[in-house]
Amino acid sequence: MRRELRNVTGSEAVGPYTLLRVAAGGLDAGAPGQFFMLEAPGRVLPRPMSVCLATARELAFLVDPIGPGTRALAALASGDRLHLLGPLGRGFRPDVRRPLLVGGGIGIAPLPFLSQRLGRPPALLGFRTAWHAEAAALVPNAEVCLEPTYVTELLPDEPHDVLACGPEPMLEALRALVPDAQLAWEAPMACGYGACYGCAVEIGGELKRLCVEGPVLRAA
Amino acid sequence: MLLNASGCLDALAAPDVARSLDAFVTKTITPLPRGGNAPVRIAETDAGMLNSIGLANPGRERFLAETLPRLRELGVPLWVSVGGFSAREYAETCARLEGIAAIELNLSCPNVDEAPESAAEIVTACRAATDLPLYAKLSPAAWDIAAAARAVETAGADGLSLVNTLRGLALDERTLRPLLATGTGGYSGPALKPVALAAVYACSRATEIPIVGMGGVRTGLDALELIAAGASAVALGTILFADPYAPARIRSELAAETAARGLADPLAARGSAHRTPTSAANSDNALQKTPGNRHKSTA
Repeated sequence: MRRELRNVTGSEAVGPYTLLRVAAGGLDAGAPGQFFMLEAPGRVLPRPMSVCLATARELAFLVDPIGPGTRALAALASGDRLHLLGPLGRGFRPDVRRPLLVGGGIGIAPLPFLSQRLGRPPALLGFRTAWHAEAAALVPNAEVCLEPTYVTELLPDEPHDVLACGPEPMLEALRALVPDAQLAWEAPMACGYGACYGCAVEIGGELKRLCVEGPVLRAA
Repeated sequence: MLLNASGCLDALAAPDVARSLDAFVTKTITPLPRGGNAPVRIAETDAGMLNSIGLANPGRERFLAETLPRLRELGVPLWVSVGGFSAREYAETCARLEGIAAIELNLSCPNVDEAPESAAEIVTACRAATDLPLYAKLSPAAWDIAAAARAVETAGADGLSLVNTLRGLALDERTLRPLLATGTGGYSGPALKPVALAAVYACSRATEIPIVGMGGVRTGLDALELIAAGASAVALGTILFADPYAPARIRSELAAETAARGLADPLAARGSAHRTPTSAANSDNALQKTPGNRHKSTA
């Protein structure tokens, strides 16, 4: 875990989302599914963002500007600077034989990086509208569906190693259908490094902090 | 002396951060394990944040058997924050603690039901149960916090921790429903600083015991202000969530603020908010009241 000040190198609209590019400057991108706490200008708390794209030079984060913090992040422009803390949490385990990436909405954020690491496996992505689905362009080999069709209706019959991130109902449905799926969960958190207990969930009678034990957890 | 506010750091998850403090204060321990409140338990506001964690903790027995031995290995002085739902529960936990630097009695969590006894009655029960230094953490929501401070001092408290969070509410901008699952939560962060300063100021006049000041500290100057109001130590809360490396920065800012004022030590400023202004400052004030000077300053 490191906290570093970095330059914004670019910001571009992807459907309703913003892809925020930051100079890596030696920062370790971590494993796909891990995240950084991004300082949100003018706000009290940073915001957790999983790494969407990673190169030696750049880290990119997909931001859904739905609140004051994410709007402040989406408003950053090339040349602005922000603090990043990370990489944090536990990401996806890459030891899978037949990977299938499943994503919904802003939950596709960690999948481009994961796809890159796993050699462009097939992906199944669900979105609310065609505008939101513009983000599917970030994920290679993706089959896309729009509401009212859900990704769970399109799961192939043959077994796959499912690696998924998306809204809670999608993850709950996948948990029931694919017991060994790796699921990336989301919860409001203040710190991202185990201090605040804001993101704690009860799993098997034990209190687990998603920022430390997750955000990627086994379904079963 | 720089500490963390209880519940704002897990020393086992971030040992280096704990080691950057002069003492580590644990999350509040209750006799029985608590999962805490339902999520959502965190919400940011414009000038602070709300939490409704609800004293999530492994319970006294597991804390003593598993957590405390691991905390001792860090080599940082330990303060254990003790909570309960009756004076007897607080006292029973105090009686089980030994070999730590201090006990902080959490008498003011806004997220759980209070014990039926008064803060002073709880301190009395704990005083009978332990010889360790007892710090009473009080709520800034008390109408007369100085009276509460005097009462716990009389009951045997060795120090005060000021302040806990204030009860607050934040609404979702779209649904206009509470962001937190519990509705209200404890409000902390920058907005709390003037509240903390007022509490420290009032209690340091009313009592003789040392005060750990906390509430909205982000900079070395914030820390120095709490010391000036009467604190002899300062704890960091919300800022640790935003920046785990804040202690080192705040320490160096505090040293710079101290040096810039020609003071040998931050504690040399302790209580300066209570002192009568110096003659120079007096004459400045007097000058501002003369019409000629007022004219000059607006020119």
